[in-house]
Amino acid sequence: MALRFDHLALTLRGRPVLCDVSGGFPRASVTVILGANGAGKSTLLSCLAALRTPDSGMVTLDGRPLLAIPAMERARQIGLLPQQADIHWDINVRALVALGRLSHHGRWGRSAADEAAIAEAMEQTDCARFADRKAQRLSGGEQARVLLARVLAGKPDWVLADEPLANLDPAHQLDAMACFRAAATAGAGVVLVLHDLTQAARIADHLIVMKEGGIIASGTAADVLTPAVLEVAYGVRVHIGQDETGAPVITPIARVG
Amino acid sequence: MRLNFGLLAALLVAMLGSLMAGRTWVPFDHWLSGDLQSLIVMELRLPRAFVGAIVGASLGMAGAAMQGYLRNPLADPGLFGVSSSAALGAVVSLYFGFAVSAWLLPIFALAGAGLGMAALAILAGRSGSLILFTLAGVTLSSLTGALTSLLISLAPTPFASSEIVTWLMGALMDRSWDDVRIALPVSAVGMGALLWAARYLDALTLGDAAARSMGVNMARLQWLIVIGVGLTVGSSVAVAGIIGFVGLVVPHLVRPLVGHEPSALLIPSALTGALLVVLADCLVRILPSTSEVRLGIAMACLGTPFFMMLLFNMRREVA
Repeated sequence: MALRFDHLALTLRGRPVLCDVSGGFPRASVTVILGANGAGKSTLLSCLAALRTPDSGMVTLDGRPLLAIPAMERARQIGLLPQQADIHWDINVRALVALGRLSHHGRWGRSAADEAAIAEAMEQTDCARFADRKAQRLSGGEQARVLLARVLAGKPDWVLADEPLANLDPAHQLDAMACFRAAATAGAGVVLVLHDLTQAARIADHLIVMKEGGIIASGTAADVLTPAVLEVAYGVRVHIGQDETGAPVITPIARVG
Repeated sequence: MRLNFGLLAALLVAMLGSLMAGRTWVPFDHWLSGDLQSLIVMELRLPRAFVGAIVGASLGMAGAAMQGYLRNPLADPGLFGVSSSAALGAVVSLYFGFAVSAWLLPIFALAGAGLGMAALAILAGRSGSLILFTLAGVTLSSLTGALTSLLISLAPTPFASSEIVTWLMGALMDRSWDDVRIALPVSAVGMGALLWAARYLDALTLGDAAARSMGVNMARLQWLIVIGVGLTVGSSVAVAGIIGFVGLVVPHLVRPLVGHEPSALLIPSALTGALLVVLADCLVRILPSTSEVRLGIAMACLGTPFFMMLLFNMRREVA
């Protein structure tokens, strides 16, 4: 049982953005969605988070149609980290992270379990030391970690993140990857849209490569991250090397055609 | 919590003080005596204090909710056009001279507010889209504003048109317990809707997509806002005319005290709004002028310099 999507199709403003795509994401693992800009990655992610309703096809969560699950229950199971980092009011970091528990507690305040989850998420993302600062006044990288902490505080079964590494310096990129890995080890299914091929190769248990609304390849890093697939997906020639531990290093070299 | 109790205490003190404000001094031992002087306190000043508090609380909470919903500190409850449609309803009753009964004008105003809310719901549809909703509100507000001006210009006598203009300026003069009976239940339902929406407003802090992924149903939230803002603002226009600035300024005053969270802002904004209107109404009563200064005007005169000061401080932070 898992988060699955079957025969999804969606046309936006006359342009087909998803063309009959199917697939699934197992729990306790990290799946990375790759593809050029406009390939339909974010649209797929928003269908998985029930933000968009596909024209046809269906997303199911453990066999239940996603759209039939009440919104608050769905929110407890699926946490989404959108690409756009909006923080509209001058609230402090702790209050922002606490929003991640919104679908867990009732109208009348938070429980001890809520508080524990908030503290744990801030610890995990290294936000605890600025818990009482104003979120709007943090650097972009710090904000990204706080927003990630908000998602993790909800302890969702599924963590969906749209380009979570943008805006992060190399050290915090590694930290964020460690957080996602930790969430997967704890049993969550993690789905990431990434552009960094090397990071994708290192974290992914499973990859999906999209192009023009369809899925052109899926499988493990060894199956999918080949020069041939990446040339089709991005129109670039890549160099695939190895670092001292044997992990792949993928560098785009030149455009093809 | 401490803040709310403090504000509530201040409000009660201000309301008590407002029982003493006016042209006539009524000694305390006459308040409950049942003579003519006690009527001034119990039948004029006390209902007036209650109406002031209801109006201020309505506008304060509606403003806080609007700003949270639109995620814009410039939003004002007037923006949705509900207050101008309520005003249009009241002006219709004045124009046709229906205002003979104490009930008719407020009923017409509430009907106007109700039509305005329905128009908003129809125009914005079930999309839950903020842009559509705001544009619908702005359109509604300019249409009803134009119709109000039309009625003023077509008024049969100069007296009728001046009556309309004066009414539009907003006042709490000669309010009775009838007005409390009209405004209190309507406004209470509206505030209930806004409080129900409170935690959804918090979620919106992180933007539309995040809020929806956190389980917020945008269409339902929009309904709650339309009903909440419509009923609170509609009832306050019905009993006091248009009193600007409370809804815009009060949330700004309260925000730094509650850590800027939209949900935490609602109740303190209501209490602060009530306090502000009751105090301003005391002021217009004790000002030595030939006829009482209209509360709507006094509010703007007091509120604007205050808001300018706030902008001045904000400017320092932006720089």
